[in-house]
Amino acid sequence: MAQPILEMRSITKTFPGVKALQDVSLSVAPGEVHAICGENGAGKSTLMKVLSGVYPHGTYDGEILFEGEEVAFGSINDSEARGIVIIHQELALVPYLSVAENIFLGNERVRRGLINWNQANSEASALLRRVGLDELPVTPVGHLGVGKQQLVEIAKALSKKVRLLILDEPTAALNDTDSEHLLGLLRQLQAEGITSIMISHKLNEIAEIADSTTIIRDGRTIETLDMHADKVTQERIIKGMVGRDLDHRFPPHEPSVRDEEILRIENWTVHHPTDPDRVVVDDASLYVRAGEVVGIAGLMGAGRTELAMSVFGRSYGRNITGKVFVRGREVTIRDVDDAIGHGIAYATEDRKKYGLNLIEDIRTNISAASLRKFSSFGWINANEEIRVAEEYRQSMKIKAPTVLATAGKLSGGNQQKVVLSKWIHTDPDVLILDEPTRGIDVGAKYEIYTIINRLADAGKAVVVISSELPELIGICDRIYTLAFGRITGVLPREQATQENLMELMTKERDTVR
Amino acid sequence: MNAIPALKDVFTRGQRQSDPDTPRAPEQGGEPRVVGAVDALRDVFTRNLRQSGIYIAFVAIIGLFAWLTDGLLLSPDNVTNVFLQYGYILILAIGMVIVIIAGHIDLSVGSVVALTGAVSATFVIKQGHPSWLGVLVALGVGLLVGAWQGFWVAFVGIPAFIVTLAGMLLFRGMTLRVLHNISLSPFPTDYHNIAGGFINGVLGGNGYDVFTLVVAAVGIAGYAYSQLRNRRGRIRYQQSVEAFPLFVLRLVLVAVVVMALAWQLAHSRGLPVVLIILGILIMTYSVITTKTVFGRHVYAIGGNLSAAQLSGVKVKKVNFWIFVNMGFLAAVAGVVFSSRSNGSQPAAGQMFELDAIAACFIGGASTTGGVGRVTGAMVGGLIMGVMSNGMQLMGIDQSVQQMIKGLVLLLAVAFDIYNKRRAGAAR
Repeated sequence: MAQPILEMRSITKTFPGVKALQDVSLSVAPGEVHAICGENGAGKSTLMKVLSGVYPHGTYDGEILFEGEEVAFGSINDSEARGIVIIHQELALVPYLSVAENIFLGNERVRRGLINWNQANSEASALLRRVGLDELPVTPVGHLGVGKQQLVEIAKALSKKVRLLILDEPTAALNDTDSEHLLGLLRQLQAEGITSIMISHKLNEIAEIADSTTIIRDGRTIETLDMHADKVTQERIIKGMVGRDLDHRFPPHEPSVRDEEILRIENWTVHHPTDPDRVVVDDASLYVRAGEVVGIAGLMGAGRTELAMSVFGRSYGRNITGKVFVRGREVTIRDVDDAIGHGIAYATEDRKKYGLNLIEDIRTNISAASLRKFSSFGWINANEEIRVAEEYRQSMKIKAPTVLATAGKLSGGNQQKVVLSKWIHTDPDVLILDEPTRGIDVGAKYEIYTIINRLADAGKAVVVISSELPELIGICDRIYTLAFGRITGVLPREQATQENLMELMTKERDTVR
Repeated sequence: MNAIPALKDVFTRGQRQSDPDTPRAPEQGGEPRVVGAVDALRDVFTRNLRQSGIYIAFVAIIGLFAWLTDGLLLSPDNVTNVFLQYGYILILAIGMVIVIIAGHIDLSVGSVVALTGAVSATFVIKQGHPSWLGVLVALGVGLLVGAWQGFWVAFVGIPAFIVTLAGMLLFRGMTLRVLHNISLSPFPTDYHNIAGGFINGVLGGNGYDVFTLVVAAVGIAGYAYSQLRNRRGRIRYQQSVEAFPLFVLRLVLVAVVVMALAWQLAHSRGLPVVLIILGILIMTYSVITTKTVFGRHVYAIGGNLSAAQLSGVKVKKVNFWIFVNMGFLAAVAGVVFSSRSNGSQPAAGQMFELDAIAACFIGGASTTGGVGRVTGAMVGGLIMGVMSNGMQLMGIDQSVQQMIKGLVLLLAVAFDIYNKRRAGAAR
């Protein structure tokens, strides 16, 4: 085997309190398409950010060798100067500028201080031909679809004399035709001698295009598979992606499922709020019983949060159709207030952005969704409010000296407990918890699981959305899988293994139908 | 009391199942309680810093100008003058601080002051209707203006900056239309007395007005009573209260300041009507912002719009009423201003919006919303007022006055940003 074009050796990257990458090594041969697989949060994107200089040299341990020599990138400009270009999942194009302007953004074709538009546009045309995009260079990028925008990104990369192209989830937002075209383009670039690294959840695409695949799990390299030699199947990749021990991470819990059905959703379809043609949740149906903990598993972009938020007072999406039943009776939910009134609570996946008023104190946050209980004729009984908040602080073990401490200064786990307190106090029948343990440490996770179990024991219906499969298997009585907006299966706890779930979560459209 | 059923259900049942093998998070609050208490104190202090900071600044500025003007600043007549001169700015600042807490801005209030004054003048001076009718119609116009702007901000979703910038032009144009571009004056005496009048001599007095002193005393007694009730309530709920001597000291301090103010007023022309209006408004809106659900929702929207929405706050409705309220208070200010100037001019109220906005920011409101207080805005307004007044007494040129006011505003907001950055770093 030829000398690798890229070698990352023993990369370790720590964030305050978390080891995101631990001793990760990656070796990419020149001219290959190298896939990187792993669950959400496994460390794939962090690794690519280390490589491209987003996290500059010195903020991580380990060494990077590019084309045989050691490199120390201080910024993304340094890595681009060496021909390493990263295309992020969220495209970084300016919608109001033209294709040509975007391609040469930050790299303008200048003569005597003025932009030479003729040169820029003709070079852009040539690049567009190379990526097979039949558009004029003066078209505003906002007029193009996501698939074409992706191609503009690649054209932009080519304009920088790219040697190593990194694509983060390039086909996540694309339809089948666009994906097919993109993969074809990668092969064509490969023939031109450009090496690619592709992060993807779509295992069939990886099986189709990748020459080798590196699997990352929990911030460590698990293995690198040679896709040609070993006859690697999708099942083989899944096996590498999952497989952790589950010992002692979850509190023991006897299922407390009762027969009474609390929430039922039927034929729920949701469209994207700004792109109404895109179906985000497609004909989903599910139910939850009293005392039951139900999991929703799905990869990034599968529509989990969108499903939950659209049910919770139409907080997401448009053209929502379908029926919601609470305790067997169909209900109309127009806004969040209605949802709370019908006993539905939703604790968001993004505490800081959607869950808490960070500049206010714990008390104000806990009472935010149930002010009615503390007030008569619009007057708040502040003493009662503080008393109740204080009870939650103690029973939920929120680590703060008083409930008058600012919410923004708490740790992630304690912030999550404040969010949970807020929703428990609305006295809901069903709690939807979106990534309840994201970004919090192991000890606090255990406490959150305990709270979930107690809620179930008290007869609440609990829906847990999570990217961590062991977590779902550890605490749920039943798990729905969601893939590309569709519910692709439901497994009782006994049958739910990570392999089974991952297979259902990666089910493509054609295999579902 | 059965206010927390879910909690009772969930948590009275059994202790936490502990698992010896579970990795434990390092205990943050696990150290002796004292550390927690100190942290809490520091937290309370830093949160009140921007509040207490401006009180200190206020006292310092009064002291400075009292010294520079050889005590003229604090003379009975001048104290009265400050309130007459800046009363309407303070009224505007009350509405403005609510707008700013919710994360908006209102640039149109100066024009609304002019418009409501013009409508009132047309009714009373031109058409000869009674004064009370003029006042009512002006207030009605204010509410309509507020509903108009609230509609565009809340339900159409246009940023308040744009809506009220348009309103600034729109309502100024309407003012010119209503007045046919000429001033109207004078008002009948009863109208003029709304802001230019005094209540005095009701209880007699020799060289000073006893009534003013009685009103102040009643006010202090009421304040002391409400504070005492508040304290009792907190004790009943077993919350921490300040030590009793400290509590008394605070009451005495407030009593002394208020009585001193009343004493000066009593030795001038008595109790200005505008001060009574202002007092009632400040009390009402302090309560609304701190003790009602509506007030809480305003802070929630400004603090984190998405979180408020996802907590069931009807954001559109709240935003709408915030602007209706602003329109109403602008109309009150319009009545007071037209009464004080005893007429209506096409150019009335220009730059008022900027004074009101400056008062809020000097008074500790945050440029990004979620933070601010009615009392803070009042002190902010008075700081501006005392500075202008003091500089006028000293005969400082208008140009210098403007520059100094501008710098004070800049420094106040710089202080706010600095505070926030420090808080962010501590996070």
